[in-house]
Amino acid sequence: MLRSQTINVNMGPQHPSTHGVFRMILTLDGETIIDLKPMFGYLHRGIEKISEGRTYVQAVPLTDRLDYICSMTNNFGYAVAVEKLAAIEVPERAEYIRVIMAELTRLVNHMLAIGFLFNDLGAYFTPVLYALRERERLLDLFEMVSGSRMMCNFMRPGGVAGDLPEEFFPAFAKAIDINKRFVEEFDKLLSENEIFLMRAVGVGVLPTQEAVRYSITGPVLRASGIPYDIRKTDSYSIYDRFDFDVPVQQEGDVYARYQQRLQEMRQSIRILEQAQQQIPGGPVMADLPPRLKPAKGESYARIEAPKGELGFYLVSDGSTNPYRLHIRSTSLINLSALRNMCVGQKVADVVTILGSIDITLADVDR
Amino acid sequence: MTNEAILAKIREAYPTAVVDVPEEMTDFTIILAAEQLFAVAKFLHDELGMDYLTDVTAVDYPDHFEVVYHLYSVERNQGLLTLKVLIADKTNAAVASVTPIWPGANFMECEVYDLMGIDFPGHPDLRRIMLWDGFPGHPLRKDFENRTFTFKELEPTRPKPPNW
Repeated sequence: MLRSQTINVNMGPQHPSTHGVFRMILTLDGETIIDLKPMFGYLHRGIEKISEGRTYVQAVPLTDRLDYICSMTNNFGYAVAVEKLAAIEVPERAEYIRVIMAELTRLVNHMLAIGFLFNDLGAYFTPVLYALRERERLLDLFEMVSGSRMMCNFMRPGGVAGDLPEEFFPAFAKAIDINKRFVEEFDKLLSENEIFLMRAVGVGVLPTQEAVRYSITGPVLRASGIPYDIRKTDSYSIYDRFDFDVPVQQEGDVYARYQQRLQEMRQSIRILEQAQQQIPGGPVMADLPPRLKPAKGESYARIEAPKGELGFYLVSDGSTNPYRLHIRSTSLINLSALRNMCVGQKVADVVTILGSIDITLADVDR
Repeated sequence: MTNEAILAKIREAYPTAVVDVPEEMTDFTIILAAEQLFAVAKFLHDELGMDYLTDVTAVDYPDHFEVVYHLYSVERNQGLLTLKVLIADKTNAAVASVTPIWPGANFMECEVYDLMGIDFPGHPDLRRIMLWDGFPGHPLRKDFENRTFTFKELEPTRPKPPNW
């Protein structure tokens, strides 16, 4: 009679496939996972505490470094939150610039997510190379506008930091055109790949009823069958002027999340084309005092960041610094269901499931 | 169902739970008594369909803590409802955990415990997730000394193998 034993494996903080310094302690019976304990905090920098010592505008570069791949949408969320707290009106042209930058960021993020999902599956490094090549084209646009590829620090409470240069729109039109064809090419090459289908269909299923209970948001929620998109429900900024759909998948496995991100990229391109037509002229920054002092109060505002719901809870005591800035981070809450998704799967699937949730450790740890 | 209707239903079911509804807040806020938080939260989840808890956070005021809950409803597509619990006792701050109702509150409450020091009885696995077990103090409190900590003074507090 053979006696078997469970074994604890540490997928340590230094690991090529954990998307950052993320640690998981797996309890295995053979190759099957019985328990999973995620541990993070290796990248905790105390952003919430630091921002209490800075003014509202000085906290914008801190939000850049939250989810460093999508820095524009982090700035957007923070700007929306401060504007809700202080009741600031944003000029039209600034709103359109913000939407353009946010949707470009969504394209950037989804390309990187899909590319690195294939990297984790073992298709080293061809899909991620082509995805990153297209991403570089869009990062060139960010550099043209804000001066930096990733830590853009571009959107401020009240508008944006500066107007778009004249060479932006020709480059922008060309980039969207190439990106549209790239999405179709990527889809045609990879969606029917037999190895990918065998490894991704039915793996890491998140049932529909569980998704809302675990406070999951973003593409992971919509891939489990719930059509909840904050751009449609809250209608922040000027998203109600654009005509776009909210794609939904029903299965909730890794393949569904991949399809979800691909289709969201198509919808983002639709929004970008409409924004390019509709953008007006005018000022790009509201007329604010040099040191913003909102009235005493508090508010919570959220946006649809590429990874999910990014919210900021701001408490103001009437001075130039926020009394409390709390960041409702997308990646931390999306990890709530990781254990449930992984129990019963094999060890090799853990990496795939983690890649399909698409986290950034800087957003988890803050 | 508007936020005022929800308030009326809570008042009907739990007459003593609602302590205050402050005027002129940007978001509609209901301040509850700390002992009845779990019962009201369960009522909101089961009867009124507020199935999406987006955030649990805490703020440190000079004389009390405030634990803030932000709720939405996905099935009824309803907007923000803010619940607050005031805790006057700062040395033994505790409020019932809502993780049995909304499992997504797991990491959020761990983070509040870690950085503010508020205990959540009823939580399945309350541990310090951002910092480590022996870290001196709770950083987000206002009385935490905001200075540079050297490696030499923090190294003895780190957990040693096999518990790291």
